[in-house]
Amino acid sequence: MKIAVCIKQVPTREWQPRLNDTKTWIRDQDASYEMNEPDAYALEEGLRLKEKHGGEVVVCSAGPARAAQVLREALARGADRAIHVEDEQIGAADAFVVTEALAAAMREEQFDLVLTGLQSDDQGFAQTGVILAERLGMPHATIIMEVQAADGRLRVKRELEGGWFQWIAMSLPAVLTIQSGINQLRYATLKGIMAAKKKEIRKVAAPAGLSARQRILKLDFPEKGKKTQMIAGGPEEAARELVRRLREEARAL
Amino acid sequence: MILVIAEQKNGTLNRASWETIAIAQQMAGGQPVKVAIPGGAVGPVAQELAAAKVAEVVRIEHEALEPYTPDGFTLALSAVIGQLAPQYVLLPHTYQTRDFVPKLAARMGRALVTDCTAFRPEGGALAFARPMFQGKLVAQVVPEGDAPHFVTFQIGAARADAVVKGDAPAAVTTVPVTVARAAIRQQPEAPFQEAKQAVDLSQAERIVAVGRGIKSQENLELARKVAAAFGAELAASRPICDAGWLPMERQIGSSGQTVAPKLYVALGISGAIQHLVGMKGSRTIVAINKDAEAPIFEVADYGIAGDLFEIAPALIAELGK
Ligand SMILES: Cc1cc2nc3c(=O)[nH]c(=O)nc-3n(C[C@H](O)[C@H](O)[C@H](O)COP(=O)(O)OP(=O)(O)OC[C@H]3O[C@@H](n4cnc5c(N)ncnc54)[C@H](O)[C@@H]3O)c2cc1C
Ligand SMILES: Nc1ncnc2c1ncn2[C@@H]1O[C@H](COP(=O)(O)O)[C@@H](O)[C@H]1O
Repeated sequence: MKIAVCIKQVPTREWQPRLNDTKTWIRDQDASYEMNEPDAYALEEGLRLKEKHGGEVVVCSAGPARAAQVLREALARGADRAIHVEDEQIGAADAFVVTEALAAAMREEQFDLVLTGLQSDDQGFAQTGVILAERLGMPHATIIMEVQAADGRLRVKRELEGGWFQWIAMSLPAVLTIQSGINQLRYATLKGIMAAKKKEIRKVAAPAGLSARQRILKLDFPEKGKKTQMIAGGPEEAARELVRRLREEARAL
Repeated sequence: MILVIAEQKNGTLNRASWETIAIAQQMAGGQPVKVAIPGGAVGPVAQELAAAKVAEVVRIEHEALEPYTPDGFTLALSAVIGQLAPQYVLLPHTYQTRDFVPKLAARMGRALVTDCTAFRPEGGALAFARPMFQGKLVAQVVPEGDAPHFVTFQIGAARADAVVKGDAPAAVTTVPVTVARAAIRQQPEAPFQEAKQAVDLSQAERIVAVGRGIKSQENLELARKVAAAFGAELAASRPICDAGWLPMERQIGSSGQTVAPKLYVALGISGAIQHLVGMKGSRTIVAINKDAEAPIFEVADYGIAGDLFEIAPALIAELGK
């Protein structure tokens, strides 16, 4: 099975945002970056499917030069090769543009299965996998928690709200958006890291003239809820005051 | 015209549809609002929706739309939306919406702005507020290109009871659609729940929930002790259950349990919307987080900005007095 896994490089969770001068994007240069969390699960699922059914795992990312770091990491975990749609602007682009760029690079590869995360931790569109399916002419299913593949067909477990699930069958080729927690992640070994150095990252340019379907006018910090009573002081003092208020004001104890 | 696409399952309306209708009414400013309801047999749901003060409720009925599939919905809705030519198409940001609307918008070549919490006028057009970077920032976004513009609203962005009701039921019409079953590539099976849950957190009076701030599985012992000191059940955010540190049945949030205890203590939880929807109905909420800007503080009644590894032992000692 020829499997593609789409991986986005996003700011780390610990990162404290700072805005650029026009307040339309973050100060990119201040952030540290990592692999988008659900994409790590998508990669793991791709690697497991390959171990079971044979084939290859190709990781694909659209992003500036720094995005090569998450591709290297994926190669170190066991992906076979990488495609990097390199473009300095695409990190801030919308899903419409990103999918055009990815589809242009992926179409000729004729993948049997394309895996993406269900949502990115930075822009959080929850659109990319589904639009990519439309552009590649493949069926899709979203928020997937289990994948069974046999005889050119898939049976996948889709998460619904509130603890409900549903199995969905479809034939390959197909696109799945993967939910965090579908599997247990593996980490790169030293051997994997060494082997990754020899693996190919094919760089391609984004097609010219892609037009966005949305524009960020401005970014703000969320408005503070006025009702929260913040309790100050050292740990003992704060703990004492919290327990007092829970007993006397809130009557929650 | 603003078109709301309502959601139903087996003849039961998803409550979030009312929230989106309320937003459409607030956005309308004189434009008509219509509500479309797709499915296999939607007569009774359409009647229910007709209670809202809207220009029309449109039944999009076809046997191939039951059960729901993204291919079926995209085929039917792209045809109907093309005919009705609305300015905006609004939907609640449910799992079903996430599953088909990006495809529908891409098929029609139109803008899609997802997970919005508010709108406001911006130089003749509307800008939509949506969280970004895990709720650390809010973006004001304008859709671009030709209408219709698709906009999805976060669950809870408006109150369902804010819907303005009409003096008389709205007109209900049916728009005929043809959907070839053969064009639908997904074969869904019936929804199910995993094996019966051993703990029913919805009955707990107090809950101590732990998030990724706890760092390691070994440290869960500390959270257990805090829970015991409060006389509370232990629960968690999704990543803790994803990692297998606690069973899924202790997960709070949109894909886990919804709870409303007397006391909810969040230890090292950032407060992502998918977590908040499962617990913000709690009577008293306490948040302990080392990041004073964490979104969890927006729903907390009491907050301590600090290191849980220092505060938790102090709390256990204090509660033991
Ligand atoms: C479709 C979908 C469904 C989802 N369903 C759910 C769901 O049902 N439930 C759910 O919870 N999530 C759900 N999520 C995931 C959700 O978006 C968040 O990723 C998740 O809730 C984050 O969990 P967290 O707060 O524990 O981790 P993080 O966001 O990583 O936050 C950890 C927090 O710990 C704090 N911290 C770190 N160290 C310390 C310390 N020493 N002392 C004090 N604080 C510290 C940090 O400041 C940070 O705020 C879902 C996501 C999607 C896309
Ligand atoms: N620039 C990108 N490069 C590669 N994959 C991406 C990119 N943007 C989004 N994706 C994939 O699409 C998923 C959903 O992203 P989003 O639509 O932004 O929420 C992510 O989890 C990734 O798997």
